[in-house]
Amino acid sequence: MSFVAICRLEDIPVLGARRYQRDDGKTIAVFRTASDNVFALHDRCPHKGGPLSQGIVFGESVACPLHNWCIGLNDGRAAAPDEGAVERFAARVVEGVIELDPWTESPSTLARAAD
Amino acid sequence: MNLAAKMKLVVVGNGMAGMRTVEELLKLTPDLYDITVFGAEPHPNYNRILLSPVLAGEQTLQDIVLNDLAWYEENGIRLHTGRKIVKIDRKAREVVADDGAREHYDRLLLATGSNPFILPIPGTELDGVLTYRDIYDTERMIEAAGKHSHAVVIGGGLLGLEAANGLQLRGMQVTVIHVMPWLMERQLDPTAARMLQKTLEAKGLTFRLETHTESLLAGVDSRVRAVKLKSGEEIPADLVVMAVGIRPNTTLAESAGLHCSLAKPGGVVVSDTMQTYDPRIYAVGECANHRGIAYGLVAPLFEMAKVCANHLAHFGIGRYVGSQLSTKLKVTGVDLFSAGNFAGGKDCEEIVLADPGAGVYKKLVIKDDKLIGAVMYGDTMDGAWYFKLLREGANVSAMRDRLMFGESNLGDTGHQGENRAASMADSAEVCGCNGVCKGAIVKAIKDKGLFTLEDVRRQTKASSSCGSCTGLVEQILMFTAGGDYSEAPQKKAMCGCTDRTHQEARDAIREHHLLTIPAVQQFLEWRTPNGCASCRPALNYYLLSTWPKEAMDDPQSRFINERSHANIQKDGTYSVIPRMWGGATNSGELRRIADVVDKFKIPTVKVTGGQRLDLLGIKKEDLPAVWKDLDMPSGHAYAKALRTVKTCVGSEWCRFGTQDSTRMGQELERALWRMYAPHKVKLAVSGCPRNCAESGIKDVGVIGVDSGWEIYVAGNGGIKTEVAQFLCKVKTHEEVLEYSGAFLQLYREDGWYLERTVHYVHRVGLDHVKKKIIDDAANRKALWERLQFALDGEPDPWHEPEKARVDLKQFIPIVATA
Repeated sequence: MSFVAICRLEDIPVLGARRYQRDDGKTIAVFRTASDNVFALHDRCPHKGGPLSQGIVFGESVACPLHNWCIGLNDGRAAAPDEGAVERFAARVVEGVIELDPWTESPSTLARAAD
Repeated sequence: MNLAAKMKLVVVGNGMAGMRTVEELLKLTPDLYDITVFGAEPHPNYNRILLSPVLAGEQTLQDIVLNDLAWYEENGIRLHTGRKIVKIDRKAREVVADDGAREHYDRLLLATGSNPFILPIPGTELDGVLTYRDIYDTERMIEAAGKHSHAVVIGGGLLGLEAANGLQLRGMQVTVIHVMPWLMERQLDPTAARMLQKTLEAKGLTFRLETHTESLLAGVDSRVRAVKLKSGEEIPADLVVMAVGIRPNTTLAESAGLHCSLAKPGGVVVSDTMQTYDPRIYAVGECANHRGIAYGLVAPLFEMAKVCANHLAHFGIGRYVGSQLSTKLKVTGVDLFSAGNFAGGKDCEEIVLADPGAGVYKKLVIKDDKLIGAVMYGDTMDGAWYFKLLREGANVSAMRDRLMFGESNLGDTGHQGENRAASMADSAEVCGCNGVCKGAIVKAIKDKGLFTLEDVRRQTKASSSCGSCTGLVEQILMFTAGGDYSEAPQKKAMCGCTDRTHQEARDAIREHHLLTIPAVQQFLEWRTPNGCASCRPALNYYLLSTWPKEAMDDPQSRFINERSHANIQKDGTYSVIPRMWGGATNSGELRRIADVVDKFKIPTVKVTGGQRLDLLGIKKEDLPAVWKDLDMPSGHAYAKALRTVKTCVGSEWCRFGTQDSTRMGQELERALWRMYAPHKVKLAVSGCPRNCAESGIKDVGVIGVDSGWEIYVAGNGGIKTEVAQFLCKVKTHEEVLEYSGAFLQLYREDGWYLERTVHYVHRVGLDHVKKKIIDDAANRKALWERLQFALDGEPDPWHEPEKARVDLKQFIPIVATA
């Protein structure tokens, strides 16, 4: 695990998201909930690859802007009856600064179940 | 989990009403109760309305199980089948089973259903005399059909005819005895009933109408031998099925001293919250008497289940206020539909279409411009649509001349013009948006035991995108699940976060001067902490349109297009459409557009249907620079807002033009741009009746004539092509602005989020619009002023982002600094 500081908490609107671009081109969406928890997911909906960072955030879910699949921020899984999941990354807030571990992908819950 | 802390819910009755309530309850609060279910039958919950297809040999008992034993186990429900509850001890709060076992309850749910009515005549105790109610009866009938040849069904109602049809298909000679002068008198008028009788006679059934049964005669071995009529005649019968009605089963409730209705039809009396006179005890389904009615069909019981579960879950909102009923006979090859008050009466009008040769009969009953009843025979493809109009109480005056020809006459796109679900092949595509074919929908309905449109949408995605195939999906539900499937309730909740409707949210915001989304959610007791992607945009719009300059926009509650002020595309890039007033442009604008296309390497430039240029494939980080370089106003092509005013060249150039439509269109566009609305709004202005700007399919369409302008409203060129309706004729440009603006402001203030003007006007009726705008000049002026007040000083988000509360940080991705 190696966390990097990416921005301050207030740089992301409440119930909003920002994109973090890895130097290999992969984009990670970092979300902020109403209770100031942060979550990070691969910025790619398991359905048709929509950018989750552009969706509407509610509770601990985000609705994909393309076809409204709802993805859990905590587990990366699509809400039923849709099926699919997206890789998760560890994110945390330390003294008002958001830190992300961009290179350790937690496989999605679904992928684990399939192993 | 601490089981001891859980409340105990005991359900008496393991049928459709009881288990539907449990399902709804588990959806709301899976852990609130420790649940025990007692069922008198030895089976898990099955779909009682599909017993007829089982009798007819079209489905098996296995097919009609709704909740198998694994379901009870998975949900931690203790199920006691084959055990009858014989006593309720309300003081000790215990139920007592026939084997003496006792079970304590905190809440008790009675779903004991109904009992078939037995005629008080001699001989009903003989072997071979059955009622038609459950799996046991069905199995006995199938068994009898294998051994005997003569059957008599007493009762020519829905159930009796389905029984007769099933027995006939299993090879028996069947006679139906009915006391009334025509069949299914509670659902059909005499004409439709006679057509039905003819069809069934052709299938081999025999009917004896206006005939009374005196007794059932015994044969040698205490088995029934014949039915003796009042006239003295005897009809040979080895099997007699009595289907003369049902009575709510209230034996248990009465023995416990719960108030039951003494007058017909009986039943345990419940309030609008489905509570009996003992507030710990609820009752749902056929055993309940609500406002004097005991329902015997499945749709009302689902609505009751929803309300009951809500109160059991301690949410305390939602009332059951009664149901509208529709009926469809489940006899293969017979197309019959009836709903509402089909008999008519005082102040009612009837529209009738009869083509006995082709076997088609339709009757629509209208009262006060509303459809209140329908009977259809032979061609029922619009049954679901008529039922929807009936339940919604929609004003049908505007479509009266086309009403009889059905919804198909009004034109849908997306499924090859197919409107007859029954005749579609299983491989035919029903939902063009999500690629769902008929076979998949039928399979989901059968396998998963679906009853409602919502269920089908959730499971198959059919009809969940543009909705144009909703009518087809409803028809498939009707054919597959039987006629008494449950349609989406008339009072439709905004989303899963609440039971409130769009109208209730609008009303609360206005009446209580609510100014923020959290305030609305708190006031209306939202179930979720901060709503969802479907209710938040709606609430944000309602706040802004009700309290302009007071309520603050919440960009995080807007769809991405209205947050980034461009249209998201399938690959995550955006498209940008600059505003060209009335569709007119010039060399300076075109040169700047060309330069922007080169500078930002924009891959596609496309002329839109609204006479604008669309620049597609722009990276999000380039958007602010693209807007700046274009130096043109936002086209709002991405928003639920005024999109475009399309115009023809008009009298300035056209040799036929009678009015300067381009200038009129530009004036409208300058007056109305930046106007957010419940949905997108498109206008057009044509300079003469040739109507080259296609004003007939716009939200507001203006057509110039020699003496002034005609204004049409609520047209639509989308999923369903709808021709705009004539609103009024005016003389001057100022009047066009005032009338059009007033109409749009009315829509902005009254419309529900995502409701286009066509649906809004369908809902409220054109007369309502005319009353507010044409008849009441002061109100028209007030509406127009309110719109101008709301739009005054509104920022252009492309050029005044701070004022428009655009989060500019969103455009800059955080790039790794390794």
